[in-house]
Amino acid sequence: MFSIDLLSNALVAGLLLGGFYAAVALGLSIVFGQLDIVNIAHPAFVILGSYVVYMTNSALGWDPVLAGVLFTPLFFALGVVVYRIYYSGFERTGRESLAGLAFFFGIMFILEVTIILIYGVDYRLVDAAYIGQTLRFGIIDLPYRMLVPFLTAMAMTAGIALYLSRTFTGRAILAVSQDRLALELMGANPIRIKSLAFGIGLATAAIAGALLIIIGPVEPSFGRVYIGRVFAIVILGGMGSIKGTLLAALLIGVSESMVQTFVGPSWADAVAFSVLLLTLVLRPQGLFGRL
Amino acid sequence: MLRIRVTRMRAWVLTGVLAISLAAVAAYPSSAGASSHPIKIGFSMTLTGGLAGNGKAALLAMEIWREDINKKGGILGRPVEFVYYDDATNPANVPGIYTKLLNVDKVDLVVSSYGTNLIAPAMPIIMKKKLVFMTLFGLAVNDRFNYDRYFQIMPSGPEPKRDWSRGFFQLAMAQSPKPATIALLATDSEFSKNAVAGARDNALDAGLKVVYDETFKPGTADFSPIVRAMQATKPDLVYVGCYPPEAAGIVRAANEIGLEAKMFGGGMVGLQYAALLTSLGPQLNGMVNYDFWAPESTLNFPGINEFLKKYQAKAAEAGVDPLGHYLPPYAYAYLEILAQAVEAVGSLDDHGKLAEHIHKTTFNTVVGPVSFADNGEWAKSRVLMVQFQNIKDGNIEQFHKPGKRVVLYPDEVKSGEFIYPYANAR
Repeated sequence: MFSIDLLSNALVAGLLLGGFYAAVALGLSIVFGQLDIVNIAHPAFVILGSYVVYMTNSALGWDPVLAGVLFTPLFFALGVVVYRIYYSGFERTGRESLAGLAFFFGIMFILEVTIILIYGVDYRLVDAAYIGQTLRFGIIDLPYRMLVPFLTAMAMTAGIALYLSRTFTGRAILAVSQDRLALELMGANPIRIKSLAFGIGLATAAIAGALLIIIGPVEPSFGRVYIGRVFAIVILGGMGSIKGTLLAALLIGVSESMVQTFVGPSWADAVAFSVLLLTLVLRPQGLFGRL
Repeated sequence: MLRIRVTRMRAWVLTGVLAISLAAVAAYPSSAGASSHPIKIGFSMTLTGGLAGNGKAALLAMEIWREDINKKGGILGRPVEFVYYDDATNPANVPGIYTKLLNVDKVDLVVSSYGTNLIAPAMPIIMKKKLVFMTLFGLAVNDRFNYDRYFQIMPSGPEPKRDWSRGFFQLAMAQSPKPATIALLATDSEFSKNAVAGARDNALDAGLKVVYDETFKPGTADFSPIVRAMQATKPDLVYVGCYPPEAAGIVRAANEIGLEAKMFGGGMVGLQYAALLTSLGPQLNGMVNYDFWAPESTLNFPGINEFLKKYQAKAAEAGVDPLGHYLPPYAYAYLEILAQAVEAVGSLDDHGKLAEHIHKTTFNTVVGPVSFADNGEWAKSRVLMVQFQNIKDGNIEQFHKPGKRVVLYPDEVKSGEFIYPYANAR
């Protein structure tokens, strides 16, 4: 069954899928990788992003990606509020490990139930002219349904990476989990920096939600499907490394696609997580993590 | 002295009046209560979690039935009440819910939640209590239990696994030249694997060569690699068993890649719902998929349109499928059958007689006449094979009318002609 056609398309499909995974994992890479906050509700926020995009797409006809971008300030503000509650309730008193995890579990259920109460439990999809169209380069097929999320994810990842490496606040975010005291000596307020970082993490969920609903239908509890995969990507990439997260997402995407094509789809998850285990055995800190 | 006597007399009169009043009060509820004491029907339902879309739609249909039956005077002259709990689409919750329904809530009758995985965990409890169990869309659940008081409303027929796809293969093998190869694809879930297992048996019996036979995990984001790998085996037929999110992904991938099979579809759940019908629109044209009801003239059973009118009026508010063609009529019908059986037997207590009556009777329901085989499945399969034809856009109105999901099988309800191969109807 092997052919150049199959191989090249499997590779391209894997890269496109990996780009989408990167978009979903990016926010978690900041929140979990850099702030050490186990935000298990991140995929639920991505679903919330899908639903607000659905709302503006169905009612106003907005393009899903544009809607996702326009909602980022709102999600940023939501992230700041959620972090402030988390800080006051758990982090400040040193109870963030277990009680904090329960807090984010609770947030996940509240989000799911809120979406059910507002939108019901039916599957939701969006309309856009490019969904269902395919760009063809010789033997390579590039469905816009996957290409648009890939390009958006690349732009978002590049933007976040530049922000974190080129601005004072960005570098402060990178520093806050490493040496909080040193950050305070530099005149930065760690709580404010963490609030900003959490806000940015959640802002990416608005765009990731838009990309998810472009790819396929969503329902309120659909986020649970992605919990394991996004945490695996963040760990594989190296905690807190944006380029590591991107590379890990592409690696998982390509390995899933290759296995689906040449071995069988039932093995896709097993092989993807074997890649994670193997990497952690050889490089416990992940691809770009620091020991 | 006189004053004392008068006072005593008053006391006797008052005591007598009080005693008569108390007796009357005591007597009234017992006589009136015998006729108005509600009949409680208990069940668990998938109101949250992965199958909540169907569970909530089923509950809405059941509530409509309850309103209708109570307007007609209830069952045995008693009003009907529901006692139900959300099982959160989690099979582990089901045994506890039915134990509570039977031992704490003391319900008179029980019916099932929605779906194979939520019916099977209730079976041991129901069987221990020897109750009649009307169930909603379980595929071959009773194959493992062989319980003679189990009745299942999905029209999958006495051999559920094989009857599910029988129509697909009868249509395929009636073509000339006959197809020779088939690809089989299923979600890694009990329902889909059962559906595809039956399809595999039917395919082998028909002399087809299986060139692709794979399962995939629920939650797969992109189906392009899978559809492309399937395409590489050059199958004449593609039979898929899957749930709604995967159905949308597979249909889109098949259109993006340009799947070249002669027949494509089979057991894809979700292509009956408005959300997917309207969003996939013309991408569905030519596919042949199972269904249970469509607005075709051959399926215009008494009461179905009145029921759908009530359902559709409430669907938006309930946030469920606005068409309601797939599950809701059957959720209404399984309660219709239970009520008709109780009325005929005249008792709630003798479940043996109740089961015996259901076994030997043909019931008239909104989904047409229903009779049961010994294993509790429909005596004769009525799994429809419909072909999507002439879908122009994503407008929902077109799906309320005939001609979009044309019934090809079975013959007795056939409503149009089969366009073959797949490419000719796209």
